[in-house]
Formats: sequence, structure tokens, C-alpha cells
Amino acid sequence: MARLNVNPTRMELKRLKARLTTARRGHKLLKDKRDELMKQFLDIVRVNKELREEVESALQKAYKSFTIAAAVMSPEFLEQSLMYPKQSVSVDISYRNIMSVNVPEYTFQTKSSDFSEIFPYSYAQTSGELDDAVLELSKIMEKLMELARVEKSVLLLAREIEKTRRRVNALEYIMIPQLDETIRYITMKLDENERGNLTRLMKVKDMMLKQAHNYE
Amino acid sequence: MYKLAVIGDRDSVLGFRALGFEVFISESLESAAEILDSLAEKDYAIIYITEQLMTGLGEVISKYDDRPVPAIIPIPGKAGTTGIGMKNVHKAVERAVGADILK
Repeated sequence: MARLNVNPTRMELKRLKARLTTARRGHKLLKDKRDELMKQFLDIVRVNKELREEVESALQKAYKSFTIAAAVMSPEFLEQSLMYPKQSVSVDISYRNIMSVNVPEYTFQTKSSDFSEIFPYSYAQTSGELDDAVLELSKIMEKLMELARVEKSVLLLAREIEKTRRRVNALEYIMIPQLDETIRYITMKLDENERGNLTRLMKVKDMMLKQAHNYE
Repeated sequence: MYKLAVIGDRDSVLGFRALGFEVFISESLESAAEILDSLAEKDYAIIYITEQLMTGLGEVISKYDDRPVPAIIPIPGKAGTTGIGMKNVHKAVERAVGADILK
């Protein structure tokens, strides 16, 4: 593992040691974050899968009803009947914070609370099959909204987990070993200097003693 | 207040109009991409798009993955499901966990 390119001084050593402590703490925190995110993610992704299966099969059924409705009415008339909807939905978004990931939560409001508003045509000229089809579709609506919420959360969480995992790995396998290695290098270098200094002093002392007392 | 939109071919999405969704009919990938981009700039919280269109729009859609709004959700079209909606879920799991554990 490559060590950092720094001067082997006491000051540098102190700085690196502080950095190592921070890195260790960050690593631990991020690891906890990753684990918790993963837990949340696994809970929600199972829901997502089930919900999607449900919605997909329900939609197929609704489409089938529409095909039948289209078969007994002329396509122009079918489109005309649905041309001007009476109902309209709007959404309020609030955010829920899952481990600092903001996932949206939707609250729905229909313009009119009257349920029959989903039929934007007069019953006189349309077939009963169309009523069935629209009704069937309206039943899926709530599931569709729920699916949107869950699926978006899954996407956002997956992204955050990926990011966090990358950070954890970078700290664990690059940053921390590098700092360890550099700290060891500096300590050894400083110790070596210390020993060098000591021998030099002893040598000088010998020479001075020799000069002062003139003995061999 | 945000709105809901559905993009898809005529036969698939017509019914959503009755429920109060805003329906945008698009038969080609280019026009769908255009509609999608313009909707994403406006107040649409959720945009449902048929899987048939979704398949060709991977890049246009993935740029909104990071943003909390809008959520772009694939739904099967009249022609049936292409499985891309499910595939997206599996892909997310793979990204997060490293292996597809849903199977």
C-alpha cells in the first residue's frame, strides 16, 4: 500500500493521527448508515415487488374491459365520451426522511368528492361495458399511487446505498490503510533519527573527554 | 399542488382520463421524450408511462432518477407487459445489495 507523500516530522505525525481518528469514526458511522439503509430498503423493495405484480395484473384486466367497451361502441364515440373529464386529481408532496434520504409521500385530492364524477358522460348513449371499464380502472388508482411512492423510494434508496457503500469501501480499503502506513513510516523515521542523534552525542562526548584529559 | 400525468398510446391511456389524470397521447419515442421532458419541468408529481415507450427512453428517464420529483413509473400498456417495470425493481436491488435477492 502506497504511503502518502509527506515530510516525516512530528507535526505531520500529529496531523495524520488526528486524520486517522476521524477516518475511523467516519467509517464506523457510514457503515452503520449503510446497514440501516439496507434494512429499510429490503423491507420496502419486497412491498414494491408485490405491489407491482398486483398493479400489472389489475391493469391488464382493466384494459380487457376497455377492449370490450371499445368493441360495442365506435372508437370515435368512445373517445368523445372520455374527452372532457369531470374529475381531476391533484397531489400534495411531503417528504419523509429515511437516513437522510428524502423520499416523497403523496397525498391525493380529487376535485370532487362525488364518486360518480369518474363517469364524464351521460349514461344514455354509452354502453354499460364502458362504465365497468372505468370503474375497474378507478379501483386500481389507489394502488397506482402507492406504487409510485414505493418505487420512487426504492430508486432513491438504492442510489444512496450505492453511494454509501462506495464511501465505506474507500475509507476501509484506501484511506485507513494509507494513513496507517504513513504513520508507521514517520514513527520509524523519527526513531531512527533519535538513535542517530544519540550515537552522535556519545561520540562527541568521547572526543571531548579525550581532549580534556589527554588520555588514550 | 402537483398533478398526475399518463403518457402512452391512445388505446392504453384513454381510460385514465376519466379518473382525472392528465393524459398525453404519444405513439412515437421522439414525441414521448419531448412530452416527458416538458412535463418534468412542470408541476407533475408522478408521470406514468407505458412500458412500450419506457423501453426506448432509458436515458431520458434515468436523468430524473435522482430527483424526488417527478417519479416516473412504468405501467404495462394495452399490448401487455414487457417486464421492464419488474426489471427496474430487480436492477435497483442489484445496485443496492450487489446481487438480485428477490428471485
